[in-house]
Amino acid sequence: MRFMPQTEADIAAMLKTIGAPSLDALIAHVPEGLRRRAVINLAPGRGEAEVAEELCALAAMNAGASGYASFLGAGYYRHYVPAAVRAITARAEFATSYTPYQAEASQGTTQAIFEFQTLITQLTAMDVANASMYDGASAAAEAVLMARRVMPKRRVVALSRALWPDYRATIRTYLSALDGIEIVELPFDNTSGATDLSALEAIASDALLCAVLGYPNAFGVIEPLRAAAEIAHRAGAMMISATAEGLSLGLLKPPGELGADIVVGEGQSFGLALQFGGPGLGFMAAHTAHLRQMPGRLVGQTRDRDGRRAFCLTLSTREQHIRRERATSNICTNHSLCALAAAVYLSQMGRSGLRELAERNVELAHAAADALAARGIRRRFSGQFFNEFTIATPRPAAALEAAERRRILAGVALAPDYPEIADGIVIAVTEMNHHAEFDALADALMERR
Amino acid sequence: MATAGKIPRIIPLHDHATAARDVETQPVGTPLIFELSSDGRSGADLAPRVAGAPSGAELLGPELCREDLRGFPELSEPQVMRHFLRLSQLNFAQALQFYPLGSCTMKYNPVINDEMAALTGFANLHPCAPPHLAQGALELMARLEAALAEITGMDAISLHPAAGAQGELTGLLCARAYHRKRGESRRKVIIPDTAHGTNPASCTLAGYEVVVAKSNSRDFIEASEVRRLVDSDTAAMMVTNPNTLGIFEPQIAQIAAALHEKGALLYMDGANMNALMGVAKPGHMGADIVQLNLHKTFSTPHGGGGPGAGPIGVTRALEPFLPVPRLMKTAQGWTLDSESPDSIGRMRSFHGNFGMLVRAYTYIIALGGDGLGQASRLAILGANYLRKRLEDHFPAASAEPSMHECVLEHDLEKRTGVSTLEIAKRLLDFGVHPPTIYFPLVVHGALMIEPTETETKEVLDAFVVTMERIYAEALNDPELVKTAPHALKLSRVDEAEAARRPILRWQPK
Repeated sequence: MRFMPQTEADIAAMLKTIGAPSLDALIAHVPEGLRRRAVINLAPGRGEAEVAEELCALAAMNAGASGYASFLGAGYYRHYVPAAVRAITARAEFATSYTPYQAEASQGTTQAIFEFQTLITQLTAMDVANASMYDGASAAAEAVLMARRVMPKRRVVALSRALWPDYRATIRTYLSALDGIEIVELPFDNTSGATDLSALEAIASDALLCAVLGYPNAFGVIEPLRAAAEIAHRAGAMMISATAEGLSLGLLKPPGELGADIVVGEGQSFGLALQFGGPGLGFMAAHTAHLRQMPGRLVGQTRDRDGRRAFCLTLSTREQHIRRERATSNICTNHSLCALAAAVYLSQMGRSGLRELAERNVELAHAAADALAARGIRRRFSGQFFNEFTIATPRPAAALEAAERRRILAGVALAPDYPEIADGIVIAVTEMNHHAEFDALADALMERR
Repeated sequence: MATAGKIPRIIPLHDHATAARDVETQPVGTPLIFELSSDGRSGADLAPRVAGAPSGAELLGPELCREDLRGFPELSEPQVMRHFLRLSQLNFAQALQFYPLGSCTMKYNPVINDEMAALTGFANLHPCAPPHLAQGALELMARLEAALAEITGMDAISLHPAAGAQGELTGLLCARAYHRKRGESRRKVIIPDTAHGTNPASCTLAGYEVVVAKSNSRDFIEASEVRRLVDSDTAAMMVTNPNTLGIFEPQIAQIAAALHEKGALLYMDGANMNALMGVAKPGHMGADIVQLNLHKTFSTPHGGGGPGAGPIGVTRALEPFLPVPRLMKTAQGWTLDSESPDSIGRMRSFHGNFGMLVRAYTYIIALGGDGLGQASRLAILGANYLRKRLEDHFPAASAEPSMHECVLEHDLEKRTGVSTLEIAKRLLDFGVHPPTIYFPLVVHGALMIEPTETETKEVLDAFVVTMERIYAEALNDPELVKTAPHALKLSRVDEAEAARRPILRWQPK
């Protein structure tokens, strides 16, 4: 077998050294009843050509991956992945290394993570960022757990209903095992599409633990984060902001400036392919005051014995392998290679490029919204948006089907998750879309009106 | 070292960005990307804005827009490439060297896996694409579920969890939901003293109290110990099998029976599944829940700490509680179903770490049923070979037979004051990534060695020679070992200093 180098002679020699008559003799101590039934009934192994044939055939069945103009977003965004990002993350030196426990043998990984942590603090205007989480949704759930460790006596968690359904569902699952937590869903304003902050005001008390808002939210609307943070802070509670479109932080006011205490989000936009939704890149940033309650790996700067700058995993007394049942989280593997991709991406885009790209997304999305409005397709909400917006159309399912026949994936219908927005479709526009597509989108959406 | 004061220090050209300033004052390491930055450089050429149209900043207005991204790097593409390629050279990696890190299964990651995951049909597929345009992806997931069910002997698989630890939490939440559905609120989970740290940490997250089961003098768990601890308040027991000493738990079936008798569940941690393929199936051992680490047994790259994937397998009785979405076959083909009333809910966005699932599936069909069984047997062969070859100076911590890894001890600390950590650091000088050290906690100064099935006998032999040489060095010249590494770009990194005064980001001067 091509991945296993042992020759018959090797096996015989090794068995002889061990003093075992056969390979099966090495497992003779495993109860016979288990061994007898352990045969794996799968097809025999195959050569690389046959393997590739099966996989290529499966890949070809995914018509949605190519040949369609796409306006799909809803938490995952189609951006260009620069060749440099793929070239670096494909390096086996990065890809086939383990968690950098041996600092001297892992300076590539640790320094890249240190740079990633720095880039995230710059994007979010926060003090510290960790080495990554699994994705935006699980990062949001871990953020609520972190808030609970900071303020264990508070029990009310306010989730904006305009936070992505996946994020809300994940937070609910993670909180399901905690006693005494009460989750309150904050309604959204039906005109603006932003979270109704009077509802937050109404529950702002010394029981309130935290409020979680999308920034921008699930409808694409840019939330009034500062006002929400002020309400939360007056009650002594924490403000958690969650961003699914990481690119928006290249242009929007950073959550740290608006009063967020914990900033989480999804970094998939920073150089990761769509991959049917994973792996993505959860990020988390916080204030130094809450550092000890933060989950996940952290890389810190230090020196070697000769005074040279070096990097290593640090503050691991928070973590499972040291603290066991008293750890801040069970997270162990994170999404290190995705963090590397983001570090390369953000370095290449750079100070001016990232902002320019963010601006270009806003311009294209607004041009698309204008093109639709010119044909009578109005936006469902009045709130300002980054690169994603919600339209109202009488029969969203039929409209999406009609668009699909014209080779356009026009967006994501809101009705399955928001029955109260039966007429809504969320449309995302990135630098991968072209002006020429916008009229075609309008035509398609008008066909079944 | 002795000549350090006499020869003028040579600063590599690449390091001049910082070295120019500090050349005589302080030693430098590799510059940070921020230190290579120069105002006005860019690695991005974007299509120009439509002439005359308002800019994004103008469209949103100053209230919503941030100041400039101060401190963000400004570099050209060649600079970015060189920087990160230079960094890559500072890493040890499985593809470059022997990496016998116990419990981590650092086997060869077939490059075809990555090529298949990068196929346009997979890489460019949006998670919200209509199911009828994503049938290939869903079919792949279905085939992978079926394969993992066959390998583990479990009834149903969820590919949802992002990593092994998330798989653990998912499994424990399923156990919790299962007991709740039966009107019981059990509060305790039993965990052996040899368990990975993620097990107790996952228990806490799942709202359980941890009860520790003691291994016997032969380093495994006896059913009698489980019978002593289990009661009607016990939700489950988490057992890693083989355990972290690399020993197959001989009484696993009796342990399962003792748990089931009291209505408790057996959770099998599948971190060490690389020992069991075609050898024994968790489902046959009486496991109710098992998590798999695709980045260990199924050859997806570790990535310097992820991304991985941590599918779980369960029995029919626990299937209703698996996270959503679930794959469902309909007349129109595969679809993803979120309407599962007893489900614990979601653990994350979308449908799992799909890119990792493609890699694992590619690996599984490349090896086939027979190849997987052979992989486990050869992994066991390698571990037992090293155990035997090293036994004079590094005897096994347990007399029981080893599976895919062996835990070794040594007497150097007593004899010369050389610690396990220092042995590990000295191994780096020979281009070998050290084994896992000081784990399991029950073995003093443990060296946990997992060679995997993808290393040649020559590499294993060379490792033995190296270990023996280090043993001799420790006796003859202990300082040499204690001050290792000597042959890398860095000497010993001061980890205590990093924790004492945390510097967690670069800041402009």
